[in-house]
Amino acid sequence: MSIETISLSGRKMQVSNKEMTFFERLYLVAIVKGLIITLKHLFSRKVTIQYPEQVRTRSTVYRGQHMLKRDEQGRENCTACGLCALSCPAEAITMKAAERKPNEKHLYREEKYAEIYEINMLRCIFCGLCEEACPKDAIYLTTSKVLVPSSYEREDFIFGKDRLVMPLEMAIKNTQLKNAN
Amino acid sequence: MKVTIDGQSIEVEPGTTILQAARMIGGESVPPAMCYYSKLKGSGGKCRCCLVEVSKGSEADPRPMPKLMASCVTGCMDGMEVNSKNSDRVREARQSVTEFLLINHPLDCPICDQAGECDLQDLSFEHGKSKTRFIEEKRTFEPEDIGPNIQLHMNRCILCQRCVQVADQLTDKRVHGVLDRGDHANISTCISKAIDNEFSGNMIDVCPVGALTDKTFRFKSRVWFNKPFNAHRECTTPGCCGKTTVWMFGNEIQRVTGRKDQYHEVEDFICNTCRFDKKEVTDWVIEGPRKFDKDSVINQNNYTRKMEIVHIATEEGILKGREQDRKKISMTAIPLSKEEQEEFNNGNL
Repeated sequence: MSIETISLSGRKMQVSNKEMTFFERLYLVAIVKGLIITLKHLFSRKVTIQYPEQVRTRSTVYRGQHMLKRDEQGRENCTACGLCALSCPAEAITMKAAERKPNEKHLYREEKYAEIYEINMLRCIFCGLCEEACPKDAIYLTTSKVLVPSSYEREDFIFGKDRLVMPLEMAIKNTQLKNAN
Repeated sequence: MKVTIDGQSIEVEPGTTILQAARMIGGESVPPAMCYYSKLKGSGGKCRCCLVEVSKGSEADPRPMPKLMASCVTGCMDGMEVNSKNSDRVREARQSVTEFLLINHPLDCPICDQAGECDLQDLSFEHGKSKTRFIEEKRTFEPEDIGPNIQLHMNRCILCQRCVQVADQLTDKRVHGVLDRGDHANISTCISKAIDNEFSGNMIDVCPVGALTDKTFRFKSRVWFNKPFNAHRECTTPGCCGKTTVWMFGNEIQRVTGRKDQYHEVEDFICNTCRFDKKEVTDWVIEGPRKFDKDSVINQNNYTRKMEIVHIATEEGILKGREQDRKKISMTAIPLSKEEQEEFNNGNL
């Protein structure tokens, strides 16, 4: 068999230039054929959903906005070790470390803490490498479905500690839940 | 004398130790060393990291040595055959030594300023396990203030005694030594006396772990965010070579250290004036970027090549943006320097 006659996909067809007959030129059969396809789609399963009312389930590995965790005593876990900034492929994370003062022991878990911690949400690609690099269980990409709000100002997308650190009430609630179990 | 280490032979002078011979050969068979420091007399023999197996004592007495030998204090013999990386016994011994060194180590690398250039980190990366079998409480010491320039973290110390040797050999008045015995042994300045000798800063460089760190650099940055450059200055202190490595962040010198070679040993000792007081770019003549191992974390951004400005053929206003938009939006708490601000206003940042 020559290569011209083999059809690897099974869909090979001979192209012909033959003239259409009078019946074909009326296109009646073709129109009916097309309408049948349209009708079939009317009764098949819908692929779209009514979005705000209906919500699809998200993947189990969905990564939402970041959060800097607090431990059971409400102290910040982050020690500004810089590994998240190092691992970030988009260079979205910047930070500045500071030394904890003796009267701040209830605020920060370790001797060193992040005085400034910023994530540029315009740069972030939500890859989750910061979470993987963190040795202190501090930064997490939450399952929060809240997206980064739109804005006209670029500085609104620089998320500082005020928007990243876990709220204290949440830490208290987590501890209560843990103790209850 | 001919010595064979891991199957590679080399001719050495009498009196050479196995570790020195291995370093002459180089490569993977060089045993790790935590306490041995070639620039300090009498160092070595304490940490047991450099254990090697001597499979043939010498040409005259070919019996193997029954126990593993510390290569930094064992002299070479003619016809000696040594197994370093090739031997399973050595590998196991080094693993055990690493585990012992880490027993009382706090493992606070995320906080430690030495992280990234720490010998113990390298050692445990190569020979350590990722799990601990130690369930008892770790030994801790009360934090001690030993002066305005040097920060002592006794918990991180592995008692290699390199710093004591620096105090002994470089400074004229020793104010620094090992106190107590056994598990309680600790480095102290003998009644918390501040170390104020001109060469005391070198104990920061010789410390293989983060027990002695630079207080002027404390928590300023991680070492891998800084760019090391070779620099020198005319130093008037007798005995100081003035040749250093300056660690820059942008145009700011954050730290000054001695020039360290591939075994993390300084080429020359420097004085405290160079190390702690000269933090202005104008104080130094910067020679050029310092070369590092290809896989070193310090080399994470290749800064040795000159950055070229990319010219895009478009209207000027598009690239630079409107004047009111040229403002610093990230890290607003830290203002730009005057020159940076000017560049910024021109839309060049």
